[in-house]
Amino acid sequence: MIRINCPFCGERDHTEFSYGGDASIVYPELDASMEEWHDAIFMRENIQGMQSETWHHANGCRMWLVVERSTMTHEIQSVRPAHEGNAAVLSKSGSGGEQ
Amino acid sequence: MSAKRLSQGGRIDRDQRIKFTWDGSSMTGYAGDTLASALMANGETVLGRSFKYHRPRGIMSAGVEESGAMVTVGQGSRRDPNVKATMQELYSGLAASGQNAWPSVRFDVGAVNGLFGRFFSAGFYYKTFMGLPPMEWGSGTGLWMKYESIIRKAAGMGVASREADPDVYDHAHGYCDVLVVGSGPAGLSAALTAAKAGLDVLLVEQDCELGGDYLNLADDASAKKRKDLIAKLEKAGARIMTRTTAFGLYDFGTAGLLERVTDHIASPDKHLPRHRFWTVRARQTILATGALERQVAFGNNDRPGVMNVAAGRSYLNRYAVLPGQDIVVATNNDSAYATAAELANAGATVSLLDARTVISESMMSLVGNSGVNLHTRSAPLNVRGSHGVNGLDFAVASSNGWSAQGSESCDLVLVSGGWSPVVHLLSHRGIRPVWNAEQACFVGPDEVNEPIYMAGSAAAVWNTDDCLTSGESAATKAIKALGGKTRQKAAPVAGGWESPIEPLYEVTVPDRQLKSFVDPQHDVTTEDVRLAHREGFVSVEHLKRYTTLGMATDGGKVGNIIGLALMADAQGKEIPEIGTTTFRPPYTPISIGALKGRNVDGHFRPLRRTPMHVWNLDHGGTMTMAGLWHRPWYFARKGEGISEAYVRETETTRRTVGLCDVTSLGKISIQGPDATEFLNRIYTNAFAKLPIGKARYGIMLRDDGIVMDDGTTWRLSETDYFMTTTTAHAGKVMVFLEELLQTRWQDLRVHVTSVSEQWAGSAVAGPKSREVLEACVEDPAVMSNEAFPFMGVINTTLKGGIPCRIARISFSGEMAFEVYVPSDYASALMDLLWGVAEPLDGCLYGLEALGAMRIEKGHVTGAELDGRVTIDDAGLGKMASPAKSFIGSAMRDRPELMREDRPRLVGIKPKDTSQTFNAGSILCAEDKVSGLGEGWITAVTHSPALGHWIGLGFISSGYEAWEGKTVIAADPVRKGNIEVEIISPHMYDPSGERMYG
Amino acid sequence: MSRYSAWAVFKNGFSGQKNWDRQWRDPEPKKEYDVVIVGAGLHGLATAYYLAKNHGIKNIAILEKGWLGGGNAGRNTTIVRSNYMMPGNRYFYEHSLKLWEELSHELNYNVMFSQRHHVSLLHSPAARDAAARRYNTMRLTDTDGELWDLDTLKKEIPHLNYNNARFPIIGAAVQKRAGNARHDAVAWGYARGADMQGVDIIQNCEVTGVTREDGKVTALETSRGRIGAKKVGFAVAGHTSRLWQMAGLGNLPIESHKLQAFVSEPLKPLLDHVVVYGVGGAHFYISQSDKGGMVFGGDLDWYKSYAQRGNLPVVQDVAECATAILPCLGRVRLLRHWSGVMDMSMDGAAFICKTPLDNLYLNAGWNYGGFKATPASGWYFADLIANNRPDPVIEHFDLGRFKRGVIIDERGAGPDPKLHG
Repeated sequence: MIRINCPFCGERDHTEFSYGGDASIVYPELDASMEEWHDAIFMRENIQGMQSETWHHANGCRMWLVVERSTMTHEIQSVRPAHEGNAAVLSKSGSGGEQ
Repeated sequence: MSAKRLSQGGRIDRDQRIKFTWDGSSMTGYAGDTLASALMANGETVLGRSFKYHRPRGIMSAGVEESGAMVTVGQGSRRDPNVKATMQELYSGLAASGQNAWPSVRFDVGAVNGLFGRFFSAGFYYKTFMGLPPMEWGSGTGLWMKYESIIRKAAGMGVASREADPDVYDHAHGYCDVLVVGSGPAGLSAALTAAKAGLDVLLVEQDCELGGDYLNLADDASAKKRKDLIAKLEKAGARIMTRTTAFGLYDFGTAGLLERVTDHIASPDKHLPRHRFWTVRARQTILATGALERQVAFGNNDRPGVMNVAAGRSYLNRYAVLPGQDIVVATNNDSAYATAAELANAGATVSLLDARTVISESMMSLVGNSGVNLHTRSAPLNVRGSHGVNGLDFAVASSNGWSAQGSESCDLVLVSGGWSPVVHLLSHRGIRPVWNAEQACFVGPDEVNEPIYMAGSAAAVWNTDDCLTSGESAATKAIKALGGKTRQKAAPVAGGWESPIEPLYEVTVPDRQLKSFVDPQHDVTTEDVRLAHREGFVSVEHLKRYTTLGMATDGGKVGNIIGLALMADAQGKEIPEIGTTTFRPPYTPISIGALKGRNVDGHFRPLRRTPMHVWNLDHGGTMTMAGLWHRPWYFARKGEGISEAYVRETETTRRTVGLCDVTSLGKISIQGPDATEFLNRIYTNAFAKLPIGKARYGIMLRDDGIVMDDGTTWRLSETDYFMTTTTAHAGKVMVFLEELLQTRWQDLRVHVTSVSEQWAGSAVAGPKSREVLEACVEDPAVMSNEAFPFMGVINTTLKGGIPCRIARISFSGEMAFEVYVPSDYASALMDLLWGVAEPLDGCLYGLEALGAMRIEKGHVTGAELDGRVTIDDAGLGKMASPAKSFIGSAMRDRPELMREDRPRLVGIKPKDTSQTFNAGSILCAEDKVSGLGEGWITAVTHSPALGHWIGLGFISSGYEAWEGKTVIAADPVRKGNIEVEIISPHMYDPSGERMYG
Repeated sequence: MSRYSAWAVFKNGFSGQKNWDRQWRDPEPKKEYDVVIVGAGLHGLATAYYLAKNHGIKNIAILEKGWLGGGNAGRNTTIVRSNYMMPGNRYFYEHSLKLWEELSHELNYNVMFSQRHHVSLLHSPAARDAAARRYNTMRLTDTDGELWDLDTLKKEIPHLNYNNARFPIIGAAVQKRAGNARHDAVAWGYARGADMQGVDIIQNCEVTGVTREDGKVTALETSRGRIGAKKVGFAVAGHTSRLWQMAGLGNLPIESHKLQAFVSEPLKPLLDHVVVYGVGGAHFYISQSDKGGMVFGGDLDWYKSYAQRGNLPVVQDVAECATAILPCLGRVRLLRHWSGVMDMSMDGAAFICKTPLDNLYLNAGWNYGGFKATPASGWYFADLIANNRPDPVIEHFDLGRFKRGVIIDERGAGPDPKLHG
């Protein structure tokens, strides 16, 4: 069981979350070229080691999180809200952010 | 073996006699017995038959590593094959029987296999059974499959029941600061230390009693120490679970536990689960899992009556069974001495063969005082006897190995080839054990990058008192790691024997053919290991797979190290150079039933019902499965089946009015100043100018430009939208919208909320739909054609003050509305609508009629939008706005997706309109009914409006290309071929007059 | 090297099994090879075999970082079938199945391919229609396939859950020529076959670098030294991205995920078919090995991982799936579970293709369907390497298909690798 420390809900089993994907992908503007979209949608660095990835707290607060996790050991280095505004509010209120 | 029950001693309760049966014969044991000890006390020796050669097998151990006494327990639907008799507690009425034998384990016709043993070497089956012998002539798999059916019957072990398992199982979850696995001296002391430090400790023990090796010791001091530790532990507040196996360690300190709740009870409370599967999340884990005694490979070392030494001690001291009268104990280490002495003191004649030369004074005097005959530099060579032991040839060490020395009659051979710490759970974490040459065993590495600590004999600490210290030391590490204050207690070093162990894995002498088993359960012999080496299977993994060594139900507990040692020897290397084997969970086999818990039958997956479910049933609805939902399929009237019902429902709806539960559609509230912009980006068509009070049909694409979902979105105010999705994709769309807003488009001020459960809805469709609603709303004026045009949306109130929102949208092609009310009003809504619609000769309709009407109209659903279809394929290309970019717009233009000859949505009708045809048929050109075809049929229905069967499907280049041509709907798996015509998908009221009317 | 036969087994029985040869040599790597295949898994071994057999290339090496067949070759659930329908897959998998049918004879090694019927359970009329499209396509392309109604299914497999299933079983789609095989034997059979034709299988030889010159690979740096290569093929499913990056080629449409597999204690025959189903978000497959273990599996662990260790939630889910259709399995005990690392591609289909480097070829992206593809994968990859052009059968197994918009996604799941399988 991977345990994810949701900044909003606390530490929970990974079964409450659904795995999204590589958080380092920058999605192009909607009017960007097919090539740019191709690379974002289909191409993956497929990191072996610590990777930044998205998880959705689907059976919890419904927030999307950015998790730094090792794809080798599953160890988690940090968890933060994907939405920077949320992250900023959380860190201001002192109740979360990087952990 | 001539075992006998002792009149005193042991942990059995002589006041509680227990009757049980073995292969139909009644026998008696005592409370505290295992099936193995009871059978032994009853003089049974042959309890099983081996996998390949069907050699007689008896009890080889007193624990989880048992590889001989594999039996079947229970009958009928509660039959459990492959039960280790050593792990089965005796209960009244227990019915056990032999397995993998015919007619019985004592006389087994299959033993004839043993005669062919010379041919049945490791992997021989890869070299034959391919074709006609002797040269494997032929082709294909026909002959192999004939051999296979015989091989399959011969293989396997016990027979499983084919009936449904009648027992229930539970899932349970737990948390703790420190999980301690094993309750021997080290485990007890670790748990006590941690609990005294105020930590939440969970101690799990696979046995029915706490104590581990203490249970096998006869002296009073040990018994007192054990009692004392347990009492203190209980007082310190540790949680204790017995009959519970920590079967695996997983990520983040998670342990899987299997608690056997009723396997030892004659007639369990029917409310108790048979097993509980626990998921425990531990912050720290201490593995005091003990060590398993190893065998030595020598001739016929698998005969009933050959056991490990610790088992001999356990049967003597714990179960009060003297396992033999005339016993040879063979060892290469100190651990066997106490047992040899105790057996002699109990009245047996005991010879002790020690492979070593140097033995400490105290060991010598220990056995000397008990009258044990000690032979140093001696080892067992070959067991005499077939169904039991009647003698032993032994060997003495010579300058270059072993030489045969003589033989001795005996009825029991106890063997200690050293001890293997149980590092299995550590191995589950991908942590490789390291070889400790001094102790001749694998131990956990010094540095482990997870909070897991080994203690006691699991860390190769052999001395009981040292094990107590070892447990304490592990606990102080855990306490420190959790921030507690404690003085670090130093861990005792591995070892503890007075004279060192001398590794001994195999005893052979030149020119003597021996059948020496490495993995008795799978009949893997020393020769098999050497053959594997000769054939190039030199890695441990190859060795395992080629010989099946370690793949039996003991999971390699017995044979792995000897196998490694033999391979090392064959290669002229040291054991660590050969590698270690990776142990996989579970540590001991666990019931699949426990893992499934109560999520079985109807509870396998959640069942979703709409708030109108009961209302629908009360009104004659028959339900069908739609994903996880139960939805009305049709509402049969007297004498109707589905075919009659849906045709009537379709016809009635088109003539008067029909009501249909549409609650399962996904519903999402989209709110915020940027809601319009958001919708404009996710839908292919324009949403920027949707007026308040209007709804619009929209299509969403995936990032790759393929259609994801469709539905309507209603504008309730400047900043407030109500989106409906398909039932199937409700969850997926919601997740996608959240992802977009929280990751890609963080600047958009939009909030999305799933309101699927908040609203219950009904479609009201047909020429009289407005009439129905006029009668249901408080203010009929809101329903006028002018006030409420096609695609209009209103918020209003139904009679009785029920708030509702209505949109004038149509899936059926009729004038139609979707009415939503807060879920609690679902039945009230239906009562109200039906109260008006029924007298108007209206009907209730289900998915089948809904499907029929949408097929008539050429409206697409999941059957068409299968994740490979583009918006143009579906004939909805005009819904893709050329004036804006949207999700998927960049990718939908890829060349293959824009080809003119792509399969496109079409209507289909049989050439001979009296004929029917099937969805799933392949559309082929008349002259080429083969290959991949030109298209396929996705849905068919009888159309009452058109008076014949129609279908939807896709065909290359669309219907225009096939006008006037005969096409074959090929359905070789069902109906065969039908001639069809390809027509426009808009088969009924193509101009849509009925909708707007 | 001696030929295997009942006669050989008989003869060796009388000579103490002493006269069997090594099944493959343990050669020292040469300085250079005409073709170097990286990865002695099933696909790499099969490729080398067919390069030698079909194309007469003899100077071939296979480099393996561990032991041959030590990756997913020995971790899969051994199902062999060809019930694919998409244009790019249909003929490829059928060709593979045809090769399977003769494989034991071809390799003179019993791979125990048991054509015991692949039975795909159906739970709704809509699913039956979807299956009909697939199995009709198979029939029209000269592949066997049929639909069983409930009565037939009950007769064939009486102990499925016909009474209390959450998703009632209404019938099955069946491919009778499909079945299962002995996975290790396939690896060893191809290894022995390749070795007999002179292929050097070099184990414990990890590729640590790819040397490039003028848009070509010239050599591979390995833990056993530099090995020159005129042509190089990658066949390292699960770890393709690492090699690809080593070759300086950037990203691939592949993610590595882990899939768990399960085996029960050995039992006398309990299930005579391969049974699979997918409904309500569940996906499950099971068959019984010839040794008697029930071999089964389900979905991925859902998160990207290179760890060959699974977690409990999937163990639990797979057990639920198992007992949902075979309620007698509740009392059967799980003996072992393990996991393997899969190349999950973005559309669930594979790659056998040329690469941006002239003499480098790629075989990857098998998701969790690589076992059945083994013979054809080797066949067409060998053909591609030998002739430097893809056979029309594999024309869509290239990296450019996403840009072209080719859709050969059997599940229709879209560009999310974890959703394929």
